[in-house]
Amino acid sequence: MIFVWHVLAHLRKELRLEWRSRDAITGMLFFSLLVVVVFSFAFDPTALVSRQIAGGILWMVLLFAATTALNQSWTRELRNHVLDAQRMAPSSAAALFLGKALANLLFVTAVELVLAPIFTVFYNLHALGQGWLLLAVMPLGTWALVANGTFFAALGLRTRNRELMLPLVLFPISIPALLAMVQATTAILTGESDPGLWLRLLLVYDLVFTTLCLLLFDLVLHAD
Amino acid sequence: MFLRFRDKIILMPPTAPPNRRPLTLGIAWLALTLVFLVIGFREAIFIAPPDAAQGNVGRIFYWHVPSAMLGLVFPYVNFFASVAFLYLRRRNPHAALTADAWAIAAAEVTLVFTSICLATGMLWGKAVWGIWWAWDARLTSLLLLWLLYVAYLITRRLSTPGQTSTVGAILAVFAAIDVPIVYFSIQWFRTQHPSPVFGGDGSLDPTMYPAFLWNVAAWLMWGILILAFRFALERRRQRLDQSAILAALNPANDGANPGMEPGHAF
Repeated sequence: MIFVWHVLAHLRKELRLEWRSRDAITGMLFFSLLVVVVFSFAFDPTALVSRQIAGGILWMVLLFAATTALNQSWTRELRNHVLDAQRMAPSSAAALFLGKALANLLFVTAVELVLAPIFTVFYNLHALGQGWLLLAVMPLGTWALVANGTFFAALGLRTRNRELMLPLVLFPISIPALLAMVQATTAILTGESDPGLWLRLLLVYDLVFTTLCLLLFDLVLHAD
Repeated sequence: MFLRFRDKIILMPPTAPPNRRPLTLGIAWLALTLVFLVIGFREAIFIAPPDAAQGNVGRIFYWHVPSAMLGLVFPYVNFFASVAFLYLRRRNPHAALTADAWAIAAAEVTLVFTSICLATGMLWGKAVWGIWWAWDARLTSLLLLWLLYVAYLITRRLSTPGQTSTVGAILAVFAAIDVPIVYFSIQWFRTQHPSPVFGGDGSLDPTMYPAFLWNVAAWLMWGILILAFRFALERRRQRLDQSAILAALNPANDGANPGMEPGHAF
């Protein structure tokens, strides 16, 4: 129970910081808007083609946008040695991780909520499959990205070149999740195949890696 | 700074008495490996019959498949050594350093074998399929394995001295858990979209077994040799690191080694 309070305290702190600065969300939003425009120039898609590629583009945009924000999410803690204070605090390291990952989930979800109508308009989309399933795919996929991303961004604090380190590690580890979210989204948008298998894969991936992150985060925090 | 580094020093025997036994064993192992490699080469090139469908091009199989098999064996060494490191880190730092040396040695050997496998596979693909690369399930999984280990080694390189082993070990655990998920997801992906190339396994003709088995044995021995060699090298590097730290901590030595950073690989 005390663990839940610690998580909520971390989450509240993250949300307040973001509310005051609005660095992460503004940055991600503008970045993803730019990528949407650039992609539409690169492919010049028709309605039929865009339905097939929109799933892939959507997740690539979110992956890149999330990476830029995740890189910043721990540097905040370095200012004024906040991280050192966190390490000495009697709360568990997993609570710190979970609070930050949940905050990042909320930030990326906020971006998705703005991005969804933009995507629909710019790429002339409407789902031919069961559109409501996107309500399961989006949070599961986002969590897969931010949980591992938050973890590896913290691991990146232990390296010299952290902006490079995060994509270097996050992308290969996330390949199964990326495959699952892109396939599920495309299946829903085109209505040609069943997204069930990919949803299950995403769920398993989330469970496995969330457990792993929670178990190993203490090691990252006390790596030296 | 003094306190920071003092915590991390793990004393090893400063100068081990010269022990010739590992060297003799290594040279004997090298000689035996060379004999096996020669026999394997002879069997594969001169004795085994040409492949019924592919002719002499099929002979690359004797190098390609053993490398693929060994490229899948050495990641286990890396994983178990990394888990051992994480377990021993606080309990027995000396043994943990040994485990870490095994982990990095195994990761580099893995990269050597997967690279050989990918390269020989592409050569074969160009000759038989007419294309260098196909996004087939097996090729894609192996490429991802290769990418994961490249990421592992680069991260180790970029990490802050003193934390390299922990960062590496955590990443190794992630990679080990990711590999089976990658494997299955790509299987599903590629069975849903039939690939342009055949994926089925042909059966091996009995006349080809000797060449194949000799090569598996020979390359396994070679893999163990470079693994042990790399391990010994890493142990020396660890010793050197520690003597550099000790020298930096010695007040009498202050400023004696300008520009030499403790914990830096050199």
